[in-house]
Amino acid sequence: MIISVASGKGGTGKTTVATNLAVSFGSGCTLLDCDVEEPNAHLFLHPHIDRSETVTTFVPVVDESRCSACRKCADICRFCAITVIGEKVLVFPELCHSCGGCQVVCPENAISDGQRELGVIEWGMGTGVPVIQGRIRVGEAMSPPLIRKVRAAADTEDQIIIDAPPGTSCPVIAAMRGADFILMVTEPTPFGLHDLKLAVGAVQMLGIPCGLVINRADMGDDRVRGYALAERLPILLEIPFDRKIAEAYSCGRMIVEVMPEWKEKFRELLQQIKVEILASSWRRKER
Amino acid sequence: MRELVVVSGKGGTGKTSLTAAFSHLADNHIVCDADVDAADLHLLLAPDVKERHEFMGGGKAIVDPERCTRCGQCRELCRFDAIDDEFVVDAIACEGCGVCVDLCPVGAIDFPIQKCGEWFVSETRVGPMVHARLGIAEENSGKLVSCIRREASRLAEANGQELIITDGPPGIGCPVIAAIGGATALVLVVEPTVSGLHDMVRLTDLASHFRVPCLLCVNKFDLNPEMTGRLEDMARERKIAVVGRVPFDPLFTEAMIAGRTIVEYREDAPVAAAIRQIWQNIAGSPAMNSYGIRITS
Repeated sequence: MIISVASGKGGTGKTTVATNLAVSFGSGCTLLDCDVEEPNAHLFLHPHIDRSETVTTFVPVVDESRCSACRKCADICRFCAITVIGEKVLVFPELCHSCGGCQVVCPENAISDGQRELGVIEWGMGTGVPVIQGRIRVGEAMSPPLIRKVRAAADTEDQIIIDAPPGTSCPVIAAMRGADFILMVTEPTPFGLHDLKLAVGAVQMLGIPCGLVINRADMGDDRVRGYALAERLPILLEIPFDRKIAEAYSCGRMIVEVMPEWKEKFRELLQQIKVEILASSWRRKER
Repeated sequence: MRELVVVSGKGGTGKTSLTAAFSHLADNHIVCDADVDAADLHLLLAPDVKERHEFMGGGKAIVDPERCTRCGQCRELCRFDAIDDEFVVDAIACEGCGVCVDLCPVGAIDFPIQKCGEWFVSETRVGPMVHARLGIAEENSGKLVSCIRREASRLAEANGQELIITDGPPGIGCPVIAAIGGATALVLVVEPTVSGLHDMVRLTDLASHFRVPCLLCVNKFDLNPEMTGRLEDMARERKIAVVGRVPFDPLFTEAMIAGRTIVEYREDAPVAAAIRQIWQNIAGSPAMNSYGIRITS
């Protein structure tokens, strides 16, 4: 079972929910931090990193002695990552999407495999939870390939909880695709609602069942709840604003550490998610 | 012309609320919402849309089953596993590289340019605004950010406005890189939390990479005064000017629900006074007033 914790709006509590859920799970659950631009789960789970791997992607390297400056590589590249000026081929590795087109069309076999570093994947165990996290290299623009690598690094037999990045564009899609359930963390404010609608739109495109956690549930208005009702999105958990939670968060401590009674609520949340997944597969069969 | 970009690394730290407040306090300027993924500034500034433009991204491959001979060449070439064994292209997985299009032996693959979103030029009560909406699950957010920043600067030049205030996206990836390159200065809005500190460090690394000076504003500073001190120490170490502290105040949420900026909603509140002072510090900061400044961290 893969649960992806997403949100649309940033700072609504994805990492809080993902980490608390993971430690409440018991054994056999891995947390994947797929917010590779700003991975934060490690600040709460404190994993001891015992393995680290650099992830690279293909970029072309041109052997000038073989190149005939025929421009076929520049013509096929839709990302302007390779161009020919006079007799000289220029490669802009930061723009390359690693499609390999230049290599395929080069009649002189002058293009070999080079590498651009996307970032690192790290493995560790923290607070009883195996953690796999991606960390993008500062300056690297493309996060989806690294997110896909983090996902591929997980054991598919395990229960998986994914901490997704904010937003609704390609990195979020990479962190949600193929999940069994999307847990959407939101707050009951106009910004929370607006971004929730966009994120739910993305989830519906992917056809994955989805439920809500409303964080800081008592700060705001009732429009998120109204929207959830109208869209038939189950509200699975509400977390009130509590200075104690906010202060604990600020020091890197989880809710279940400062208020152990919440462990039960997160376990219930997990049970509800399982029920929702089951119900949605039934609904699909009915149709 | 100067451009101030409000960023944070971590999401949800108060970028948009503060951008809206600053744009209420500034004179003769343009507002730009560069968080095209989850744009929220319009909820506070209620723009009256004057111009609407389509944003065209790259192409997406579509195999025409009539012409396709099922030779499998495209499937072999595609590095993104976007074409299934029935030769249907998965639009979400398709990177838009067009390699299959160019190399299909029978020319059976079309490559229509996709509409990825829209961008707008609007009027608001605080001045003109350029903003956008990226289509859901779309790519090219960086390209759209570059597009609206270009439009904002073109418009500012035409109107004789001297300042652009830009609400930036979270993170440090593609849209952020597009939002900060060539900016005059960045305001980092950071909360005093372990994640805030962690994300700020990565963001300032990115800013030094692009040689854009930063200013630090700590939001909700009283949630953890000790951590606020650590953020400010970190800022000084990195030669980042500290422009002020904003206290935690539920008035932010109330103002948001009312669709007002915090400085309009409760002019006399201490939090509004703090923000006015911060705006003065930003407007008077060396980073915003001397050209060619270089940060050395």
